Amino acid sequence: MITREDIKHIADLSMLNLSEDEIVKYTENMKEIVSFANTINEVDTKNATESAFALDTYNVFRKDEVKESFNREILLSNAPSTNGEAFSLPGMMN
Amino acid sequence: MEYEVVIGLEVHAELSTKTKIYCGCSTEFGGDPNTHCCPVCTGMPGALPVLNEKVVEYAVRAGLATNCEIARESKQDRKNYYYPDTPRAYQISQYDLPLCAHGHVEIAVGNTEKEVGITRIHIEDDAGKLVHDGYTGGTLVDFNRAGVPLIEIVSEPDMRSAEEAVAYVEKLKGILEYIGVSDCKMQEGSLRADVNLSLRPVGSEKFGTRTETKNLNSFRAIARAIEFEIARQKEILDAGGIVYQETRRWDDETGEGYATRNKEEAHDYRYFPEPDLMPIRLSEEYIQDIKNSLPELPESRKNRYVNEIGLPEYDADIITSSKYLSDFFEAATDICKNAKAVSNWIMTDIIRIAKEKGIEYNELPFSAENLSRLIMLIDKGIISSAIAKKVFNEMAESGENPEIIVKEKGLIQISDEGAIKEVVDKIIAANPQSVADYKAGKDRALGFLVGQCMKEMKGKGNPQILNKLILEYLNN
Ligand SMILES: [Zn+2]
Repeated sequence: MITREDIKHIADLSMLNLSEDEIVKYTENMKEIVSFANTINEVDTKNATESAFALDTYNVFRKDEVKESFNREILLSNAPSTNGEAFSLPGMMN
Repeated sequence: MEYEVVIGLEVHAELSTKTKIYCGCSTEFGGDPNTHCCPVCTGMPGALPVLNEKVVEYAVRAGLATNCEIARESKQDRKNYYYPDTPRAYQISQYDLPLCAHGHVEIAVGNTEKEVGITRIHIEDDAGKLVHDGYTGGTLVDFNRAGVPLIEIVSEPDMRSAEEAVAYVEKLKGILEYIGVSDCKMQEGSLRADVNLSLRPVGSEKFGTRTETKNLNSFRAIARAIEFEIARQKEILDAGGIVYQETRRWDDETGEGYATRNKEEAHDYRYFPEPDLMPIRLSEEYIQDIKNSLPELPESRKNRYVNEIGLPEYDADIITSSKYLSDFFEAATDICKNAKAVSNWIMTDIIRIAKEKGIEYNELPFSAENLSRLIMLIDKGIISSAIAKKVFNEMAESGENPEIIVKEKGLIQISDEGAIKEVVDKIIAANPQSVADYKAGKDRALGFLVGQCMKEMKGKGNPQILNKLILEYLNN
């Protein structure tokens, strides 16, 4: 059962300031999401092997070979603010 | 009240792979901001990580070298937290199925040896770097380090002092260097430690509340942060106060630790299996192959030095603590065949020079070959040990071949009895009082006379012959 306290806690972890209206709205949204996800609990898994993955795939590896990195301009183009070299944020330090 | 200190460490070591853990970007240190980056390591939506096989191999090497059990089945998990150095808003780490667990290493402090347990070793990715922007007062983010592979080595709370904690990190550093999985450059942050520390009354079984001081990147900082935290907790407990479980930072400039603000540590990582990365399954054969490829480890080298070469345990411990020093010792011994002399030079002058210059051993300007040349010059009687010190200092500056230094500076030892006798005659004639003192039983007078002769010969006289000639004169 999702409570408004859960929503406030998650908002805190995500560093979001929610208004009272938003808390009410997201509490309802989250209840729906969780109850939808709970549908899976109805499946009978008595004879299934425990696994975190849907596929029986393992050891998907890559060789340790350097590939060319991305063009910085393109990488930075998604950011709302940059100094041309780095992503720029409001002051986080001090 | 008397307290027992309880310390456990989490050591992070950057692996020396060529590429990052989940993409082909280079791990090279330095580089302009955000030039070793791609959609995977900057956390662009939809980018798919693929695990670097070397990361698994290196972590397994580290596990085997620290006596860990290697998991046949392992997986990666998301550790969720929101901070701008972590572009995906989660770190990919390992939660309940780490690659390695239940290991241990031996440490020695003074004359006591003890075992420090290793709880686990897991793989994870490093974060980016936040830089203060002096221009705007804002913060700049450079993701070049984001996605560099790390192993986190978690110890049991087995250490009881700053000395033990430092000895443990030194031991780990040595091992990781030996097996070639990390360059362990502490000043570049490629080896760093978090210290968990609590106090409990002596005799008590129950642990006290611990604090975690994060991100210590020198042996000195580890030792100082521990001493600081012991004193701080002791003062609180002595005054009847409560130690709060908290994350702390260490400021090496002011020499003080401080608690980070509470908001930052509202940690609730909500780990769950990383759906983008498939589990890791390791075969017996794979693990055995890595085991077979491990080089001789410091512990084994140390035993060999003590039992076969006859070095004192302490010296063997110091020399094998650094792979470079130990390789240097073996290379020099191979050439000059005088292991004790090589060990003596390392234990005294080489360690001194590295300290004075503030350099790592691998930055010493002279080779093992040149040290062995110096030793052979002494062993063949070409220079005296006193002169050898001068040649060594010269060599430590220029890296020059000692044979050339000796020739150029005219430092070759004088072993010609006739030439030495001349000097002895002169000094004895000039110091009748010392001769009388010696005959009256004052042995110190002998040292004075030898010293005067040596001075006259600018340190180049063969000390054995000199001693012999003076004694011959005095005892007649
Ligand atoms: Zn990348």
